[in-house]
Amino acid sequence: MRSLLAALALVAACVLGANAAEVARTESALDKRVTELSQSLRCLVCQNQSIADSQAPLAIDLKNQVREKMEKGMSNDQIVNYMVERYGDFVLYRPPVNAATLVLWFGPAALLVLGLIMLFRHLARRRRDEPNAPLSETEHERARALLGTTDKDSA
Amino acid sequence: MSRYLLPLGIFVVIAAFLAIGLGLDPREVPSPLINKPAPAFSLPQLHQPAQKFSREDMKGKVWLLNVWASWCVACREEHPVLVELAKSGVVPIVGLNYKDERLDGLRWLGQFGDPYQLSVYDREGLIGIDYGVYGVPETFLIDKAGIIRYKRIGVVTPEILRDKILPLVRELNGNA
Repeated sequence: MRSLLAALALVAACVLGANAAEVARTESALDKRVTELSQSLRCLVCQNQSIADSQAPLAIDLKNQVREKMEKGMSNDQIVNYMVERYGDFVLYRPPVNAATLVLWFGPAALLVLGLIMLFRHLARRRRDEPNAPLSETEHERARALLGTTDKDSA
Repeated sequence: MSRYLLPLGIFVVIAAFLAIGLGLDPREVPSPLINKPAPAFSLPQLHQPAQKFSREDMKGKVWLLNVWASWCVACREEHPVLVELAKSGVVPIVGLNYKDERLDGLRWLGQFGDPYQLSVYDREGLIGIDYGVYGVPETFLIDKAGIIRYKRIGVVTPEILRDKILPLVRELNGNA
């Protein structure tokens, strides 16, 4: 009997949980758009968070601005422009490619290419520096001494 | 020898970048509003809510717009500097009371002195957003044509006033 009750309770919990999930899923398309765009905008108060993540008062104000502008029918680009006009490119987590951000965008790739070039040059040089030249007489002597062999053995 | 020079060179370059980075204040984001017209606003005044004040009312004058709030701790630090500046009468200062309670703001001015020609009241912080305000206090220097010439994010120290703001005020007043 007790196990039956437990099973019932479990089923009830599952059903209730499913209902809660249902509620969460009904968040409107607008909410989703607001969240998505907010995630690409930096919170200037706490600079390593997006305004979607931040609870700073300014981030909340800016989220409200995003929502209001979307309700007015503005496109994402227009809203991003609105933010950039006020706060500069710094609000964008994905800064535009321009003279100031060239190093940021292409620096890592340039370093990688540079590293590869240096690696290949190094390898090429090493190959060139290790010719299969025959050993000189003194080198033969040393090798024999190290190996503990004599001329007679090797002959 | 050259095999040591290259890593040394790379090290020096990286060290130089890091040294410069250490010297920068990450809170000081360059404002895109410099040399742009000050955003228009028309807001009720803090002392007389029935009266509005707008950007156009300062046309033809070089003036400072100082964003402050009673909840802002750093504002207390810069306030004596502004009070002194107001006494000298060199440049009019307009206050933008930002996301504050009207009574708190008035009480704050009563307690610490009121350097402002007047303050406007931006309860929702919407004008603050137009001005790209993200950390109070912020101070804008606006010229006779209504163009923003300088922005200070954070406390206006006596040094910044002396070395940056006052020379610019003189220049802007002299040239026009």
